Amino acid sequence: MLGAGIIKGMAETARNFIGSYTEANLLVTVEYPEQRLPLKESMRNFPFLVFDGEDWQKGLRCVACQICEKECPPQCIFITKDAAKKPDYMGKLQFQPKVFDIDTSVCMSCQICVEVCPFEAIKMDTEFELSTDNRFGDLLLNKEQLARSNEHYHKIHPTEATEVDERLAGEKAKAEAKAKAAVAAAAAKPVLPPKPTAQ
Amino acid sequence: MSDAVVTPLEGVFAPLQFPEPGAPRQLNYSVAPKMSADGSVAGDFLEVAMGPQHPSTHGVFRMDVVLDGERVVKLKPVFGYLHRNHEKIAENASYLGSMPYTDRLDYFCSMTNNWAYALSVEKLAGLQPPERAEYIRIITAELTRLVNHVCLVGFLLQDMGALGTPLMYAFREREKILDLFEALSGSRMMCNYMRFGGCRVDLPAGWLENAKQVVENFPRFLDDFENLLSANEILIARTQGVGALSAALAINAGVTGPLLRACGVNYDLRKVDKYGIYERFDFRVPLGDHGDVYDRYMVRVLEMRESLKILRHALRDIPSGPIMDPKAKIRGFRPKIGEVYGRIEGPKGELGFYLISDGGPNPYRYRVRPPSLINLTILEDMCLGRNVSDVVVILGSIDIVLGEVDR
Repeated sequence: MLGAGIIKGMAETARNFIGSYTEANLLVTVEYPEQRLPLKESMRNFPFLVFDGEDWQKGLRCVACQICEKECPPQCIFITKDAAKKPDYMGKLQFQPKVFDIDTSVCMSCQICVEVCPFEAIKMDTEFELSTDNRFGDLLLNKEQLARSNEHYHKIHPTEATEVDERLAGEKAKAEAKAKAAVAAAAAKPVLPPKPTAQ
Repeated sequence: MSDAVVTPLEGVFAPLQFPEPGAPRQLNYSVAPKMSADGSVAGDFLEVAMGPQHPSTHGVFRMDVVLDGERVVKLKPVFGYLHRNHEKIAENASYLGSMPYTDRLDYFCSMTNNWAYALSVEKLAGLQPPERAEYIRIITAELTRLVNHVCLVGFLLQDMGALGTPLMYAFREREKILDLFEALSGSRMMCNYMRFGGCRVDLPAGWLENAKQVVENFPRFLDDFENLLSANEILIARTQGVGALSAALAINAGVTGPLLRACGVNYDLRKVDKYGIYERFDFRVPLGDHGDVYDRYMVRVLEMRESLKILRHALRDIPSGPIMDPKAKIRGFRPKIGEVYGRIEGPKGELGFYLISDGGPNPYRYRVRPPSLINLTILEDMCLGRNVSDVVVILGSIDIVLGEVDR
């Protein structure tokens, strides 16, 4: 019958229109600035630098190894090493970044810097309302703007942050146990001239 | 639609006659234009540039069309407006570094792009993803196929003048699947999820239940969609017999994917190559009879139903376990010297990555075989003799994404 398709189509449209008032899976949009959907835990937008403790300058985990700078596909990270060293979470003296800049207008949020970082120092933020009218100044973030506390990391990615903390604590405990054992072994052994072969 | 098993490519090459070099081209359309021996058209014609800003060209793509009244006499596809030097960038980046760029090839199907690239590098480096990772890959790839096909049908209807309604319904369903991708990988479209030897992260808690929910609700939407579209007079009038492609021409041009299967050629890499663990799943390959736009539409709808079957099976059987090959390295990844071609059945056709390794941290040669580009090359043969409005529909039925065509 001519016109049957139109009638069928209108019936289908009407069903969807009326259904959008009653069924949740037919109305999926929200009115954004007023209504907000909860962010997914795995969401990623731009990287930030994690620091432990209160002071961001003291607690920054980054040791300026520049692996992320080399691996970053769009090359948006810029790092220079500081000559002064500072102790890391294991108590070892490490380098620290003098300059750590990320150009967020170039960053493509791929998370590769996070994956290659051996020190759990760089993580992905979930902040997304970052529009600005200053293209060159405000989108180039420096070390201070990038630093976020470990508590912030726990707030946005709780599962992942707990895993990371456990891993770091485990490594620290292992290192401490090793150091203690070395001290104990050194104390127990009579002082001998050091052997030429490494143990 | 036939269910019979046809050996791929058998008997299709036989009737082909190749023309002598220099002879006028034999074209498969009903109304032959006046054409001189060198292939140029003569007479009172109108030359129109459709695109690159034309909304029906699905991106920045231009068709130089020569028209005799309303009829197409000659058509030249012009692409390259979105060229981003993907292959050379990948040759200068590390193997891992070009993984996020593959998301941006066909930005509708980042998961299958990731898989094709990961598969090639795994072949090169001799890595074997564990069982759970293979299941996750199949689940995400089939969800990607649903996303792609449902959007394609929506856009095809948009090209026919059904402004909005089918596309909005398609996008509503797509968004539910993209939510799953976001919960899994952190990004809706640029997933960057697969890694060489497995997947980046494990499924978050509750993900499988959500995925099951989406898969359970999808057939109802498909039924509604088909009820709305498949028997619609306007859709039938605009698509049946339009843009018919012969199986011989499709095979000679290297066409793959639903476009080839709509011509009746049984060629699906999931069955031919059995990459991943596809041989464990029970699914059929829908085939068309006529190779016209309606068959392409129908093949895609049926493919979605088969994908749902695979998804149900995979979501039920997924085992627990590790998701990365223990041999895989994130930093300092250097595969041994060699060359490979890895391919998968993407939603648009055969997506392949050809890699040559010289033992260094980045590939010596990196080449993408994009299904969209190769399917696009037969556009003229399908459009000749048709009206301008049919050109838009035929282009829509090829299913191109310009990010992949131009790379």
